[in-house]
Amino acid sequence: MATSTEAKVAEKEPLFGKKEKALLTDPLLDNNPITIQVLGVCSALAVTSLIYPSLVMAVAVVFVCAFSSLATSILRNTIPKAVRLIVQLVIIATLVTLVNEALKAINYPVYKQLSVYIGLIITNCIVMGRLEAFAMANKPWRSFLDGIGNGLGYGLILVVVGAVREIFGKGSLFAGSGIAMNIIGAGPQYWIDTATAGQWGNTFFGWYANNNLMVMSVAAMFVIAVLIWIQRSRNPKLVDIS
Amino acid sequence: MSTRYIYIFALVMTVVVALLLAGSKVVLEPIASKNEDIFNKRQILEAIATPLEEAGKAVASLSDQEVLDIFEKQVEQAVVTADGASVESIKAIDVDMAKERKKPEAERMYPVYEVSLDGKSFYIFSVRGSGLWDAIWGNIALEEDMNTVAGVSFDHAGETPGLGAEIKDNNAWKAQFVGKKIYDGDKYVSVYVRKGGAIDMEHEVDGLSGATVTADGVTKMLYDGLKAYEPYMEDAEGPTSMNLQ
Repeated sequence: MATSTEAKVAEKEPLFGKKEKALLTDPLLDNNPITIQVLGVCSALAVTSLIYPSLVMAVAVVFVCAFSSLATSILRNTIPKAVRLIVQLVIIATLVTLVNEALKAINYPVYKQLSVYIGLIITNCIVMGRLEAFAMANKPWRSFLDGIGNGLGYGLILVVVGAVREIFGKGSLFAGSGIAMNIIGAGPQYWIDTATAGQWGNTFFGWYANNNLMVMSVAAMFVIAVLIWIQRSRNPKLVDIS
Repeated sequence: MSTRYIYIFALVMTVVVALLLAGSKVVLEPIASKNEDIFNKRQILEAIATPLEEAGKAVASLSDQEVLDIFEKQVEQAVVTADGASVESIKAIDVDMAKERKKPEAERMYPVYEVSLDGKSFYIFSVRGSGLWDAIWGNIALEEDMNTVAGVSFDHAGETPGLGAEIKDNNAWKAQFVGKKIYDGDKYVSVYVRKGGAIDMEHEVDGLSGATVTADGVTKMLYDGLKAYEPYMEDAEGPTSMNLQ
């Protein structure tokens, strides 16, 4: 008997059907953890002054989100209800510590740059929110996808905000990584050199200066707010009519 | 779910997690500490970025192995006390400036790195102080005359990005230090970061707009930090200046 019910359930849940796809894509836009649920904003403000650290942070959160969801979902029937939040926290903290140690070994300069923020993934509301809301009530595979989806949704916003802030704040892209690009600024290392006198660069871009506000965390607040604004005005489902 | 079950669950969970973390630490720690070592050495070499570049080596594009090689072959490490006496028991790179700063002044140890580059010697001194939010630290390279600054590198624990953090990120600002003198005749004056722009071009550099407190912190750090090396400097340059006379 047990096997036949399991077979039925397996039939109902294909490995990668519509629902599974929705778990991955929904958090990217329509249910984005940052712009719609407004979770995880703290780290989104702090680490997005450059793209590269944002990208590293995004990868770390995808990893932690996916595997903590998986682990919680596997254990969901054995976790005592009375201590479930503590158990979730232990799972997250373990994974974050692993990420922290791995990053130290793989890319030390980025580890230095992200400093406390990797550790703060532990308190990122997105991760624990998904564990409590989804992984505690769903099967491992779906929870895993949900974790990846939410991590990606968070990472997407992080990279977009990082790109805007870096290009207007520093005139570069991917600074600190192997493919650093210097777009605009004063100096021969930039593609558009605003300092070269007499050349077209000076004529058209001599006025250009980096916006120092963009380097500060407050700029992330503005950029995220604008993203929320755009998203809400384009999607009637999200318009708050109350 | 009995209380007993909860206890057992917690116990098993703790043991599993502890083993996992301990295992990862054992595997990754050696790689991480090697990375940290390279990171610190690179920061020290950044103080002589200008002479290194003249020798055809840009610090930013040095590979990890090259950094270690330079340290192996071209750098003499020394540790001195505030009296200028040398300490043999510890290597300069292992001196933890944060810990030294908490000790009473007489017990502090100060690292010195003597770099030979194309027949010239540079002396790199480590300093540490306070910025606006947290600690700041740096390395100052002096030329053989123990007076002319050959370059600086700074780092910080938590200065504001774009403002105070410019002491680390702004290469144009750091480049101003090159060629400044820390002595005015025989008088020790260090290098002063002047808000509103340097007046005395020999001993001052421009301040950083929006980062007055951090810049003042740099001034104080340089003054106090280099002063501690004075006995060492006198010893080191003593014979040379005698020869000149």
